[in-house]
Parts: sequence; structure tokens; C-alpha cells
Amino acid sequence: MLAFEGLVYGHPGAAALRFPDFQAPGPQPVLLRGPSGSGKSTLLALMAGLLTVQQGRLAVAGTPLEGLGARARDAWRGATLGVLPQRLHLSPTLSVRDNLALAYVSAGLAVDHSRIDELLVQLGLAELARRRPGTLSGGQAQRVALARALLRRPRVLLADEPTANLDDANAARVMALLAQAAAPADNGAPALLVVATHDARVTAALPQARELALPVPLEAAA
Amino acid sequence: MRLAALAWTWAWARPGVAALNLALMALGVAAMTLLILLSEQVQHAVQRDLAGIDLVVGAKGSPLQLILSGVFHLDVPTGNIPLATLDALRRQPLVAQALPLSLGDSLRGFRIVGTEPAYLAMYGATLARGAVWAAPMQAVLGASVARETRLTPGARFAGSHGLAEEGAAHADKPYQVVGVLAPCACVLDRLVLTDLASVWAVHEHHEEPPKSDPPHEGHDGHEDHTAEAAAREVTLVLLRYRSPLAAVGLPRWVNAQAGLQAAAPALESARLLRLVGVGTDVLRVMAVLLLVVAAVSVFIALVHAVREREHDLATMRLLGASAARVAVLVALEALLLAAGGAGLGLMLGHGLTQGLGGLLAQDRSLAVSGAWWSMDEVWLLAGTLLLALLAAALPAWRAARLDVMRLLQTSG
Repeated sequence: MLAFEGLVYGHPGAAALRFPDFQAPGPQPVLLRGPSGSGKSTLLALMAGLLTVQQGRLAVAGTPLEGLGARARDAWRGATLGVLPQRLHLSPTLSVRDNLALAYVSAGLAVDHSRIDELLVQLGLAELARRRPGTLSGGQAQRVALARALLRRPRVLLADEPTANLDDANAARVMALLAQAAAPADNGAPALLVVATHDARVTAALPQARELALPVPLEAAA
Repeated sequence: MRLAALAWTWAWARPGVAALNLALMALGVAAMTLLILLSEQVQHAVQRDLAGIDLVVGAKGSPLQLILSGVFHLDVPTGNIPLATLDALRRQPLVAQALPLSLGDSLRGFRIVGTEPAYLAMYGATLARGAVWAAPMQAVLGASVARETRLTPGARFAGSHGLAEEGAAHADKPYQVVGVLAPCACVLDRLVLTDLASVWAVHEHHEEPPKSDPPHEGHDGHEDHTAEAAAREVTLVLLRYRSPLAAVGLPRWVNAQAGLQAAAPALESARLLRLVGVGTDVLRVMAVLLLVVAAVSVFIALVHAVREREHDLATMRLLGASAARVAVLVALEALLLAAGGAGLGLMLGHGLTQGLGGLLAQDRSLAVSGAWWSMDEVWLLAGTLLLALLAAALPAWRAARLDVMRLLQTSG
């Protein structure tokens, strides 16, 4: 499901980041940990196909990304990946329902309203469908973002610090939803859950997870 | 929700800015529409009124004045010419048709034209009611004249001396209305037509000596009727050539005759339209400037919109939108505003033209209608959309090149 080997990425004007080789053959959740500067965000962006692989090999959900062009990666990302960004990024001018529809509009697909309804109900958001994100609580907004990530039944779910701004109750709820989303009840194939975090609550919520720890960059260590 | 619907929703996220841009676009398009409709209808009216008249023969004076008075009935005539001229012209082998016109009197500002029924045929005019005159002192009213004076066949009216409304009335020699013309959208609409002999009949027994003519009718001086007993006169003769060859020799022959002057309507009206054209060009530049200002305003609005919504656009990228799709979204926003503005502008332009047509009709001058459609409006619409695309080019390019990764890590 996720494998990389000899992966190196250099931002312009900065030392190249070298990532340790890694392989996750099955749907066992992956916890991505690392101090700041270790390239956690860069690795997530590479896995999401937002950055072009410069050196080495990276395969996500069976697709080798190093050979894919930018446009093909965009389409692949929309179809294969669910991303829960740390800052959620719900559009403030659109209703909750339209925020979800944006997933289809972005990919140029017809909006699947029954799928939107299904997820709104599943995540307890049915009452909020016409509200704007600005009027939602932090936990509600997070569930909307999660619904948006799950709409197209992703094979890999990338979550960046999903519990960073939540209290314990909400954090536990989000982690339960994430675990549930990764192993859907509706006979879909289980998704690989990749969570970038340094929150102990996440580690506790996913005891079976494999850990991918990024080392402190060399020059910082030196 | 489709991409266009999303573009529309986001365009109206700031209603004030969207309304301003819509209004600017609409004003620019309306100004252009007004110009297109007016100049095209004026040209069309001129062509219609020329109606195949190849040459106008009248008394010596300005050729343009001859055309304006003889063809368009807008100016005063240059004077009268002997009736014998008509026969001389008809004897010319290259003349297919020669029509006399006698001017001098009016009915409430509408000119009374003494002529022959062939004048009606020349414009293909048809009667709405009644019949063509059969005897002197019978009159046929143009459609606008009938509408405004409310005279119907059978009614009587007195013509007033001179072409202005305040001339002395020929109350002793009333005309009888025998027919009303159907609207022809040509000069006949605002004319009172009668037999050539009517005009002579009115003036031959004119009892007032000419020196008592009020001074404000100075333009009328040429139509002096002191020589009432002398040979009969007409004001103008309209000629149609038998062959284009006539254009070579005939005007020269006419101009060589004592007291005669020839003017080619096609040449003179082209000269006139060129004079008007300078004014139209200035207005057109203003209208184009207005459109450019609208485009710049759309450009500024889009630059702000892309900056304001960069997080939304980055989210779309995250959800699978390609860079090109995000650029198209920004361009669509501009196109929708331009299309809306152009639609409003076209409506406004046609409305303004209609209103102006009403004013001109009161003036008894050109017939202008808002129900006129021009091919140039299609070009105007295309130009407006192209301008919108130009305005969207840079913002769309910037939207396509957003740093998605950085944006996703910053708060929106």
C-alpha cells in the first residue's frame, strides 16, 4: 500500500531531505512521527502527489508516483486519496453540502448527492448541511473535512495532526471515526490510514499502528 | 453544482464588487449598442430614402442642401426652377424617370409636397386607407403625419406658408385628405403629398403681396411668388438614370444650364455620413474606454479574489483539480460577469435607442427603433467576452501556479 526507497527531496536553497526506506504492505495504520524540520510535511506532500519525486521510488496504493506527470497525479490524488489537512480548509463561502460537493466539482465529476447524504448521516452532520463552516464548532468542522476526504472511497487516508486543536473527548471521537473510516462497514476495501502526529492520544488510539519515525536532519544534529 | 455554478457563487461572494463590475460592463456595452444601433439605422434610413434616386436637379446652391431638402426633407430648398426644365430633362435619352417636387407649404411642421403619384411608387409605399389624389387640393398623408394630426380621409386642412410651423395659413385654399399611407419607415412617413397643381393653385391666387411675408421666413425668399403670372415653377426634379453612363455626362449638362444645379445623392450622403462619422468615432472611443475600465475593474477584482480564495483553490487542487481546472474556474468567473454585463448592456442599449427614437419622432426627424438588431452586436458580445478573458489571464495564471503545499499548511 505504501512503499518508498532511496527517497530524497531537496527544496530550493535548502539541504536535501533523505527519507529512510519504508514498506507498509497491508492496511495496518501508519503513524508518521518526527521533529520539526525532519521533512514530515514534505513526505506527506510527496505521498499526496503534490510534489514531484526527484530521486528514489515512491509507491502509494500500488501506483508508482515517480513516473506520473503533474496532471495525472492530480487526477490520481482525487480518485485514490483522502486528505484531512491540519487546517481543514473548508471554504467559508460555501455551505457544508457544497463544501462536500466541491470534491466532485474539483475532479470534474457529476455530484453524487446520495453519497453526500450518506456521509452526512454517517458522521452526524445531516442537520448542518446548509450551515456555513464559520458557524460550526471545531469538532463539527473536523467531521465535515473528514466527510469530504471520504466521499470518493479513498484507498489511502492521509491525516495531518488530526487532533492538534481538539479536547480529549473530540480527539477520541475523531480517532474512532478515522479508525472506522479506514475499515468501512459498507463492504468497501479497507483504506490505509497514515497519520502524521506527535500527539500521544493518537498513539494510544491506534495501538496496532506501525511507526515511521523520521530522523532529525543531519545538519541540525551536527 | 458544476464549475460554472461554483464560479457564479464565488463571483457573488462580494456582492458589491460583483455588482460594480456588472454595472461597468453593462454601461460600456450599452453605450456601444446605442452607437451601433443609431449609426446603422441612420445609414439604413439614408439608403432607404435614396431609393434609387440618381440625381437631384434644383436651383443653384449647395449640393448638400439640395439633397437634404429634396431627398431627406430636412433642409430648406435652394429655390425654384422653371417647369420647362422638367420637360427638358424628360427629353434627355439617358433619363429613365424624372419626378418634380414642389415645396413651400407645411401642415403643423410636416411638409406639403406637390408631386406625381410615381413618387409613392418609388418608395413602394402602399395606402392604409383611402386613395391617391386624383385632382388638385386632394392630399395623401404619411403615416406619422396622420398619427399626429389625427386627420382621416374626408377631413379638410389648411396648409401654412413656409416650412416652419408658424407660417401664415392659406385658410382660403383648404386641402382635402383622400388617403393615408401605411408606415414605410422612409421619408414619406412625415410628408403630406398632393398634386403638383395644388401648390400652384394655392399660390397663384395668393392675395398677399410677397413683401408682407414675415422676415423669419427669410429662407423662403427663393420661393418668391411675385411672378405668379410668369411660367410655372417646381422646386426640384428627382432623376433616375437609364444607364450608369448618364452619371458621366448628365450632371455636367445640368450644371451648364442657367440657374440649374445637379447633386448626386449617393455622393452627398456619403459625404454627410463621413461628417457624422467623426462624431460617432469619438463616441465609440469613449465607449471602448468604458469597456476597458470595466475590464480593468474585473482584473483587479479577480486578483483580489484569487488572493482571498487561494486556500479554497488549494483545497480544490487537493481534491483532485488540475492546475488548468483552477485556472478555468477563475476565467469562468470573469466570463460570467462579462456575459451578465453584456446581457444587461444590450437590454439597456436597446431601451435607450427606443427612448431616443421617441424623442427624434417628436422632432419629426429620423425614425429610430429599439427593436433593431445588428450583426455588430454579436461582435460586441464576442469582444466583451474576449476582454473578460484578457482580464482573467493573469489571475488565472496565478491561480494555476499556487503553492498548494504551503497553502495547506497555513490557515485560511
